[in-house]
Amino acid sequence: MTGWAGPRTGSHAWMNAVNAWLLLLPAAVLLVAFTHYPVLATIRSSLFVARRNGTQVFAGLDNYRAMFDDAIFWKALGNNIWFAFGTVPTSIALALLMALWVNRNIRGRGFLRLAYFTPTVLPMIAVANIWLFFYTPDYGLLDQLRALAGSPGWNWLGDPRTVMVCLIVMVIWKEAGFFMIFYLAALQQIPPDLNEAAAVEGAGRLYILRRVTVPLLMPATLFIAINAVINSFKLVDHLVIMTKGGPNNASTLLLYYIYEVAFTFQDSAYAATLTVVLVVILSALALIKFGYFDRRIHYQ
Amino acid sequence: MRMFKFAVTAGAMLVVFAASAGSVGAVDLTMYYPVAVGGPVTKVIDGMVERFEQKNPDIKVTAVYAGNYTDTMTKAMTAMKGGQPPQLSVLLSTDVFTLRDENAIVPIDDLVADKAWFKSFYPAFMANGQIDGKTWSIPFQRSTIVLYWNKDAFKEAGLDPEKAPASWEEMAAMGAKLVQKDASGNVTRWGVEIPSTGYAYWMLQALAIQNGQKMMNEAGTEVYLTAPKTVEALEYWVNLSRKDKVMPTGTIDWATLRTDFVEGKTAMMWHTTGNLTAVKDSAKFNFGVAVLPAKERRGSPTGGGNFYVFKGASPERQKAAVKFIEWMAAPEQAAEWSIKTGYVAVSPAAYKTPAMEEYAKNFPPAVVARDQLDQAVPELSVHENGRIYKFVGDAVQAAVTGSQKPQEALAAAQQQADRVLKAYQ
Amino acid sequence: MNQRTTILEVATAWVLAFLWIAPLAYALWSSLHPAAFATSFSLSAPWTLENFARAWHQAPFGRYYLNTIMLVSLILAGQLVLSTLAAYAFVHFKFRGSGIAFALTLLQLMIMPDVLIVENYRLISKLGLLDTIPAIALPYMASAFAIFLLRQTFKSVPRELIEAARVEGAGALQILWRVYVPLARPTYVAFALVSVSYHWNNFLWPLIVTNSVESRPLTVGLAVFGAPETGVDWSVINAATVMTMAPLLIAFLIFQRQFVQSFMRAGIR
Repeated sequence: MTGWAGPRTGSHAWMNAVNAWLLLLPAAVLLVAFTHYPVLATIRSSLFVARRNGTQVFAGLDNYRAMFDDAIFWKALGNNIWFAFGTVPTSIALALLMALWVNRNIRGRGFLRLAYFTPTVLPMIAVANIWLFFYTPDYGLLDQLRALAGSPGWNWLGDPRTVMVCLIVMVIWKEAGFFMIFYLAALQQIPPDLNEAAAVEGAGRLYILRRVTVPLLMPATLFIAINAVINSFKLVDHLVIMTKGGPNNASTLLLYYIYEVAFTFQDSAYAATLTVVLVVILSALALIKFGYFDRRIHYQ
Repeated sequence: MRMFKFAVTAGAMLVVFAASAGSVGAVDLTMYYPVAVGGPVTKVIDGMVERFEQKNPDIKVTAVYAGNYTDTMTKAMTAMKGGQPPQLSVLLSTDVFTLRDENAIVPIDDLVADKAWFKSFYPAFMANGQIDGKTWSIPFQRSTIVLYWNKDAFKEAGLDPEKAPASWEEMAAMGAKLVQKDASGNVTRWGVEIPSTGYAYWMLQALAIQNGQKMMNEAGTEVYLTAPKTVEALEYWVNLSRKDKVMPTGTIDWATLRTDFVEGKTAMMWHTTGNLTAVKDSAKFNFGVAVLPAKERRGSPTGGGNFYVFKGASPERQKAAVKFIEWMAAPEQAAEWSIKTGYVAVSPAAYKTPAMEEYAKNFPPAVVARDQLDQAVPELSVHENGRIYKFVGDAVQAAVTGSQKPQEALAAAQQQADRVLKAYQ
Repeated sequence: MNQRTTILEVATAWVLAFLWIAPLAYALWSSLHPAAFATSFSLSAPWTLENFARAWHQAPFGRYYLNTIMLVSLILAGQLVLSTLAAYAFVHFKFRGSGIAFALTLLQLMIMPDVLIVENYRLISKLGLLDTIPAIALPYMASAFAIFLLRQTFKSVPRELIEAARVEGAGALQILWRVYVPLARPTYVAFALVSVSYHWNNFLWPLIVTNSVESRPLTVGLAVFGAPETGVDWSVINAATVMTMAPLLIAFLIFQRQFVQSFMRAGIR
């Protein structure tokens, strides 16, 4: 390790530590204030109930019991899982495909890369606006195409059966290009002689892909997968202007429900309870990521 | 000479001081307001605010458009809990219970010199805001639901273009005649559309009252969603799309419904009278506006927003806020607001202004919503109304999308509503 | 790669690319033509900037632009300074508890301020900062991601350079400024691009914490603007959407390679 380690004992060590902590201080203050403290405060809030006159009453696990009985909570959680399963595998597969193509010497690959990556730099709100128009019944673009094909119009976002699929498609559109970049980085780290060696031995492209490339990309795939799942829990911007969680909570997600409960219904105790669930889920994912990955990276 | 210079300097300083004291005296007001109807409404508000400021140079009003009613309530409550409440806001007339529970507003009685002013408004609009003998809000953008109908489409379908349906049966029957299909059997025009997003509870309340059923008690602590007549009302609504097939299945969006009507995708629509001017300006066909059809009786809930004065403002600002409210609700401005949007002008005096009389003469639909006031009932007003509205809205959406039967959906909503309202009973 | 790509593959790649660019192309089309052509694609449709003019007048987009620029600049400045100092502390000093401190820092990578909206809102209101641009910026200024990246980069600084600087009598901060920072420039650029992209497009937290036009960024302005209650004129809404996306999009088109490399670099752990 480079860097000046400095003495570890004696008064010099003490000065050393003080200097280090001073440097850390600004970042530490903000991190504690807006990450660590809120996590603890949220857990605490979830154990209380706020009375109308402003006081807080210790309620133990009451909020959690109410949450277990809350059909909307379960729906939101289910939707999040549905959402993760819908967006992550497909975006990853598409991202891999895109990366493979862009990595080759295909004509116009600059344009390809541009086309695939552009949705990533757009704000989700703008994406939602654009797709909201596509999905508008009757004169939205999608229904116009259906009219050309002779099918009747469809209330894409207003039908609980199709709303999740529509939102998933939109999110895949936005995210696949982002993941493509990680695959590109990983692809470029694969030594070219590996492929050449395999080709010399007569292996077909598909075979190389299956037996060589994909396994080598496994770390990248897992990395992207975890990130994608974490992202899917945080992405709720589109709900605010597209469906507001409807129809009948068919498209609501946990973070959006938290926003609704906290700011529209002003029930901060219950919102804290829901947030605890979200934090637990994210922490579990974090453990998987760091527990698993740290080990893998060490052995690479 | 030195005395002279001193005098001049002192005089100049006095003048500067007086001038700045004048501007120091200017009172700053922030007002959140919602827009739930089509048209350049924010521009109209800005114009009215500007004219008020010209007449009252010592008051500055910043009108902040905050989204729809739910968004505006969210913003106002969030701002208040954050220690920076607005001085006044336009919020649903039914938000009064929630606002009182949250200790957010002050009664207007103490801020007004002449309480007879309250009597100058339509009683139907004042009803929601008068609790425990005090007045908590002043009507501003008030409405009832009205039936818009496409006269040209009626004529095309062989119906009398001057007669709107007067009963539930008529509406379904006329709707059936108005449905138009293209060559491949897809519907190009529906008979009627009732929105099920946005304020679905409002529409359900209309149907319920037409069936003779009130949806809440006066204290705002009980709702009657599983009463047989309420269930019947929802069933009628659902059957319009499933049995009579005069309405599209699935949810119908509050905001795009107006465009649907104007583009001829539906021949009739139930919507707020607040959309009247927007429809008038964009429809390329003759249309009419009627009171809603009856089952056991005619009826519609009132709707829309009132002015509230928030706690936490200094007495000076509260007085300035009331001055602003008095001006906005004055007959001339109320008439102007009604003409530019279609909302019901909040006082009988407004309808007697020359501008309004002229307008109503040339455009009779402008007074339909007001005429419906005789059969209007107060809007669904309960504690934690935002949550209750969501439960009812969810139930409506579950029913119209076919995920649940009306009885089931309403039972679920009733159960949740009971749980929330228990704390207030 | 020596094997030839089949025509079918090339065609598929191109079709996918066209599909992928279509929504954006559509939004651009609709914003540049009058409302009547929003859904019909005739080539002879007249071009117009009227939608942009109307959108610009209907909402204070100029102010929104200003707010957003101030916001991302403030956040980036804060992030660069704070994370440089913190990463330096982790790399250049060995002190007790540095391991734990670093692990705690990484917590923010998983549990970002975006999900802790309820408590963070409460804190911001207690600080009396509601409805200001710093309110939006504060939770993000200490970026665990930046600290992580910079720590990695700082670790790879050659020892000789540090020794050389110390021999010349440089103090700790001077070593940081003269040796570490210049060598970490590519990381700074990469991080800056990622950060600006993220915070330009951020929505939920700014929505909650801002109320008035003076502090509202573009994304919130667009959401409020596009609320269909004020009229569903898709051409104008698309024009507003284009205005919101344009700066980042144009920057991306010009600096494509840097963007892509930044995101790549940021992704390599």
